[in-house]
Amino acid sequence: MNVHDFLYYIILPILSISSLLVFVRFFKGPSIVDRVVALDLLITIGIGIIAIYSVISDKPTFLDISLVLALIAFLGTVAFAYYLEKRNKND
Amino acid sequence: MIDILICITSGLGALFVLLAAVGTLRMPDQYLRISVNTKAATLGVGLLLVSAALFFLEISVFTRVVTVIIFILITAPVGAHLIGRTSYFIGNELWGDSVIDDLKGKYNKSTHELKGEDKENESENEKDSIPKT
Repeated sequence: MNVHDFLYYIILPILSISSLLVFVRFFKGPSIVDRVVALDLLITIGIGIIAIYSVISDKPTFLDISLVLALIAFLGTVAFAYYLEKRNKND
Repeated sequence: MIDILICITSGLGALFVLLAAVGTLRMPDQYLRISVNTKAATLGVGLLLVSAALFFLEISVFTRVVTVIIFILITAPVGAHLIGRTSYFIGNELWGDSVIDDLKGKYNKSTHELKGEDKENESENEKDSIPKT
């Protein structure tokens, strides 16, 4: 069993299961804060999946996309927090 | 040798990511969920990226991986703090078994300012400390 098989048959399924679990929280979440947190975690797990996938497909170019995804996750969280707080303030 | 290192780091990373996902699903409170997300997911994704860097062993991949890890390490606590603050203002309750709420009654609900216990004294001291020109 080499590294490729280990990553393909063990690590990627674990990451897929964890993203499914986060999706359950994303749909179930009682308030909008839960959904924002779940979205943040989903994108973070996506970064991990991209890292493993770049190892499997032997193309290190994919790691650039993970940088962009990290930026988008941070911007999304900050924007959601800012506007949710502002909406609550004006009421 | 390097294969074993890749297996160990990627396995630990996947385990931490799975723990973060389970914690997101099972924790009873938003604040506990935010806490689990920030710590476990940051460590897990960092280990997965380190395994990718160990696989390629090139300087270009290494710089990218270090950039992503530092970016996640910097931004994850900031985002968690912002979203937790928003959650407190929106009025989400703490978990029933939570023991202490340090911020109770200290946030001004309309202006969103944090009042200290001796705010008036502090402001007076600030006025005194300003040198008169």
